[in-house]
Amino acid sequence: MSVRVYIPRDSGALSMGAESVADAIAAEARRRRLDIEIVRNGSRGLYWLEPMVEVATPSGRVAYGPVAAKDVASLFDSGFLTGGKHKLAVGPTDEIPYLKRQERLTFARVGIIDPLSLDDYVEHGGYRGLERALALSGAQVVEEVTASGLRGRGGAGFPAGIKWKTTLETEAKQKYVVCNADEGDSGTFADRMLMEGDPFVLIEGMTIAGLAVGATRGYIYLRSEYPHALRTLKAAIAAANASNYLGENVRGSGKTFRIDVRVGAGAYICGEETAMLESLEGKRGMVRYKPPVPAIAGLFGAPTVVNNVVTLATIPIVVEKGGSFYKDFGMGRSRGTSPFQLAGNLKYPGLVEKAFGVTLRELVYDFGGGTASGRPVRAVQVGGPLGSYFPEAKLDVAMDYEAIAAEGGILGHGGIVVFDDTVDLARMARYAMEFCALESCGKCTPCRIGSTRGMELIDQIIADRDRAASAALLRELCDTMTNASLCALGGLTPLPVMSALKHFPGDFGLSGEPT
Amino acid sequence: MAAEHEWDRETVRRIATSLKDEPGALMPILRQVQDELGWIPGEAVAMIAGILNLSRAEVHGVSSFYHDFKHHPPGRCVIQVCRAESCQAMGGAVLADHIRKRLGIGFGETTSDRRFTLEPVYCLGNCACSPAIVVDGELMGRATPEHFDQMITNRNGNHR
Repeated sequence: MSVRVYIPRDSGALSMGAESVADAIAAEARRRRLDIEIVRNGSRGLYWLEPMVEVATPSGRVAYGPVAAKDVASLFDSGFLTGGKHKLAVGPTDEIPYLKRQERLTFARVGIIDPLSLDDYVEHGGYRGLERALALSGAQVVEEVTASGLRGRGGAGFPAGIKWKTTLETEAKQKYVVCNADEGDSGTFADRMLMEGDPFVLIEGMTIAGLAVGATRGYIYLRSEYPHALRTLKAAIAAANASNYLGENVRGSGKTFRIDVRVGAGAYICGEETAMLESLEGKRGMVRYKPPVPAIAGLFGAPTVVNNVVTLATIPIVVEKGGSFYKDFGMGRSRGTSPFQLAGNLKYPGLVEKAFGVTLRELVYDFGGGTASGRPVRAVQVGGPLGSYFPEAKLDVAMDYEAIAAEGGILGHGGIVVFDDTVDLARMARYAMEFCALESCGKCTPCRIGSTRGMELIDQIIADRDRAASAALLRELCDTMTNASLCALGGLTPLPVMSALKHFPGDFGLSGEPT
Repeated sequence: MAAEHEWDRETVRRIATSLKDEPGALMPILRQVQDELGWIPGEAVAMIAGILNLSRAEVHGVSSFYHDFKHHPPGRCVIQVCRAESCQAMGGAVLADHIRKRLGIGFGETTSDRRFTLEPVYCLGNCACSPAIVVDGELMGRATPEHFDQMITNRNGNHR
């Protein structure tokens, strides 16, 4: 019988040489006349170990990593196909503490199954949510989603059930489901990992959403930086169509649901839901005024559910196990789990799915292992380029929408970027303004003009030209951007700027206590 | 040199004609033209406008909004360097400076021999393997100046 060997085709693993490892393992097995079956899985999210090769043994899967092509011959020599000892051996995959301490609900199958095998998906519990949804009315499905307390994982944290209810109750001939896969925040890669590692769970979630609210068409708006996710999604959609999980009369329900993938063109602003809808309509990605909300008048003016990849991919387990099962995870008004993405200067960067309530310190040190450089942690940016910088002393904050907000931050899409003590926060603040200026859609003045003025002011502060007056003006400018911008880009850019100024005034050449 | 700027009008016509009935057709058309030609020539804008019955201004407005759509032909090898926070935390700025110096060009520029184009990119979703760059469509994680030099040397070898 052939031995099954798992070698990820996840972009991150590929970026570390997974393709040449796969080639080398296939060639070495041929040379030694050994019968192996290579499965190209997603990543488990332990990126310091990528490319992480797993072998299926009678006592479970065992892992080796990080494997380079040059290690392959010695892996065969030490009998890795039967779980043999080797300097790269990390033991049984499920026993790796980083994984064992997680609560994987949305990412339950990522890295485990063959992403393109519908059979594998179904064998590992896939499509049970859709099965149950087909036995319920649309209103009952929406009820489960509302009961779960699931909030949008894209960043805004808006309750998914309320969006769905609004679309369900809005009468229209045509409705849409749009999946926001324009994951542009630095420090985030959960959407990518999910689409590359378990595309069917997203397809299932979108299908449930479509059937529940009465939408017949779905679009996935995917950023162009994710070519591997695009290939995986296209293949998975074709397989779902062929097996009648998509298309006309889905699984004999009499209902139609189709999904198309649309690729973006490198505009960060298109991650904002109304700019995304404009882009899907073939226009410039300009932010729309709200109201009307997309749930009432969205794509082509029709009622549209817009949710992030992780939100939609969580729907199957919510519907399968019921809203109360999901709600039992988490704290306060943040229910369920979230995939936290550990990035930047960390020894053990990767994806950690945990119930809300885990502290930032646990993530940075217990999971992340502190900095990769070995130097002290100085600042941690939570929630992407529009998120606040936290100083080391503030890391005990719980990862929870409200707790982070109480500290003047946002949870965003769950990205965590760690910096060591070589970071210059004045430069990072300037970068935040520069990024806003680059990516502003230009519709509202505070964002379009404010970002450039902000950059100039920070330059003046750094160069010590009217430093105190420039800092005062920068604070006023940030106040205007916060309160008068049309969307989160202009509205939240002040967070990284003001948090840097508040917690690290010395980096700006400013003395005295933070304001 | 002139040959570098030549492009096939038939390609643009085929793409625009085959996609024109899609909802919101302009974006998929521009995307595919960019992917196949590597840039969007001014005359292609006029052709697409004609086929979609839009004004040239409308098509230009969209094609100039998105960073991916290029208005000049790129060099033979496009190098994208991530400049976002996670890569900055892992030495991305030093890497970017090295690459600029090595190629002798700045971001958004093409070498005079038209072999390399250098582009900034803001997050490749490879933040757990920072810093990240893309060379000719291939993503590289934990990139170092040494990796980059090695890669350039290999390419030089291939081209000789």
